[in-house]
Amino acid sequence: MEAKEHYKANELTDLSKDTIDGEIATINFGPTHPSTHGIFQNVLQVDGEKIVSAEQTVGYIHRAFEKLAERRPYNQITPITDRLNYCSSPINNIGWEMTVEKLIGAEIPKRVQYMRVIIMELARIADHLICDSVIGVDAGALTSFFYPFTEREKIYELYEEICGARLTTNIGRIGGFERDFNETFHTKLKSFLKTFPPAFEEFNSMLERNRIFMDRTKGAGPISAERALNYSFTGPNLRAAGVDYDVRVAQPYSSYEDFDFNIPVGVNGDTYDRFMVRQEEIRQSMRIIQQAYSNLPEGPYKADLPEFFLPPKAEVYNQMEALIYHFKIIMGETHIPAGEVYHAVEGGNGELGYYLISDGGRNPYRLQFRRPCFIYYQAYPEMIKGMTISDAVLTLSSMNVIAGELDA
Amino acid sequence: MNAISNEQVLNRLNEFFAADIRTSDEPYGLLTLEVNPSKAYEMIDWLKNDSVLQCSFLTNIAAVHYPTDTNREIAVVYQLHSWRNNFRLRLKAFLPIANPSISSIVEIYNGANWMERETFDFYGVNFTGHPNLCRILNEDSMDYFPMRKEFHLEDETREDKDDRYFGRF
Repeated sequence: MEAKEHYKANELTDLSKDTIDGEIATINFGPTHPSTHGIFQNVLQVDGEKIVSAEQTVGYIHRAFEKLAERRPYNQITPITDRLNYCSSPINNIGWEMTVEKLIGAEIPKRVQYMRVIIMELARIADHLICDSVIGVDAGALTSFFYPFTEREKIYELYEEICGARLTTNIGRIGGFERDFNETFHTKLKSFLKTFPPAFEEFNSMLERNRIFMDRTKGAGPISAERALNYSFTGPNLRAAGVDYDVRVAQPYSSYEDFDFNIPVGVNGDTYDRFMVRQEEIRQSMRIIQQAYSNLPEGPYKADLPEFFLPPKAEVYNQMEALIYHFKIIMGETHIPAGEVYHAVEGGNGELGYYLISDGGRNPYRLQFRRPCFIYYQAYPEMIKGMTISDAVLTLSSMNVIAGELDA
Repeated sequence: MNAISNEQVLNRLNEFFAADIRTSDEPYGLLTLEVNPSKAYEMIDWLKNDSVLQCSFLTNIAAVHYPTDTNREIAVVYQLHSWRNNFRLRLKAFLPIANPSISSIVEIYNGANWMERETFDFYGVNFTGHPNLCRILNEDSMDYFPMRKEFHLEDETREDKDDRYFGRF
């Protein structure tokens, strides 16, 4: 089709003034393009290098988590949540555990809440570090990708001390943790608190005022606050557009109200603002971790919920009650009361919600994940319209679209 | 801490939609209303623009299948959030499985587009007026709605594993 006709048909009058070569070409961007960081396809209509329209195809790694969850006992759903946003699995795990705790009305000790805050903020740092360093890669800067990965590695080592896993963590249990923070964790966390801020500022200094980086990212893929809200944006992408909504402040959970931290917002909602918002959030997360760690209360590391914690083996062999709980947990026969609950946490990408309906059985009657990626990725064609393909790449990485969360 | 209590929200809604609110409940503090499906669009639109409630953020859309509830098998659940007044609201519309149709709210919230497509994909809810109601996560050639309860997760023909021994069916 002739470009002018296409513009006319789509009411793109502002673009028709400077058509590039007068012909529309269709290109497949993805599904396995290196710059998509996951499997998703975009069919782009381009005039020269200018994007006229885009259409996304999603679902390449759909794994039917919501259906799987209807057949699983509650404790076995935690590993499913790992695989949503796999850059910050602990937030997903803990969010899910808190949903079940809300449903059964469990009282969670203060120490557990603070431990969770520390882990969730570490996860947020890891998540934002990946996103921000990948924006650098897509703008052509590889050094700024490798530097922060040293630090991310330290966060993964901290996960290992808590739960033994690194990426798909299955961290914690419904009601708390399976063990307390160990000595190595304390040593490593203290060292991390000392070494991370200067290392982070070094990474930041490579990009923040870098002329090339700024020229590439400023004005790339912008979205206004009004449009972002209409698209149900949450998280850093919404805050970059200038709306200060954060679940941690709006509806605090796990004692977030105890901590002093700021919610950074941007102005233009473009790639640079999204980058800057995430960078500042990393600093704020460090503040939260420092506060939580220095005020870490004494007390038990788990709630009094024997139906969710395997009893010690010696007790299983010698005590009736322990044997019953052991059997019930292993066979997945832990029933929870009927009820309907929605619980949201601030995930790496925004409001991560769990809508759980229980009919009183051993597994959920219905579980729906509110996945922020899935919701805000809809706006992508609108954001890249009129941009070049290289801007589209930057926009995609700065939105932090994680395939696992997109497709559930 | 809600700036507006659930009671106030309900009273305000009752002023305009008393006939269309069938039941109300507050599980875990979240006001849940069962509404007349044909008025759901109007209510969501009104909630978005009402100067008192300012319930102008769509959190999510989900569907639930209750096979034993005759003529109201499919529930479409809208969760809304008022950031100004910091309260959440859940609206449920029950539809018969023979013809699960409800007005699309894409015109009110663009973000509803994929949420509705996902709900259609898994439950077969027909959102009338949706600009592009097709499958999103599943394959296009699929001819059933997999999240409905009649589709069991495990293979029914399996003989090596009998769940009846564990009290499950």
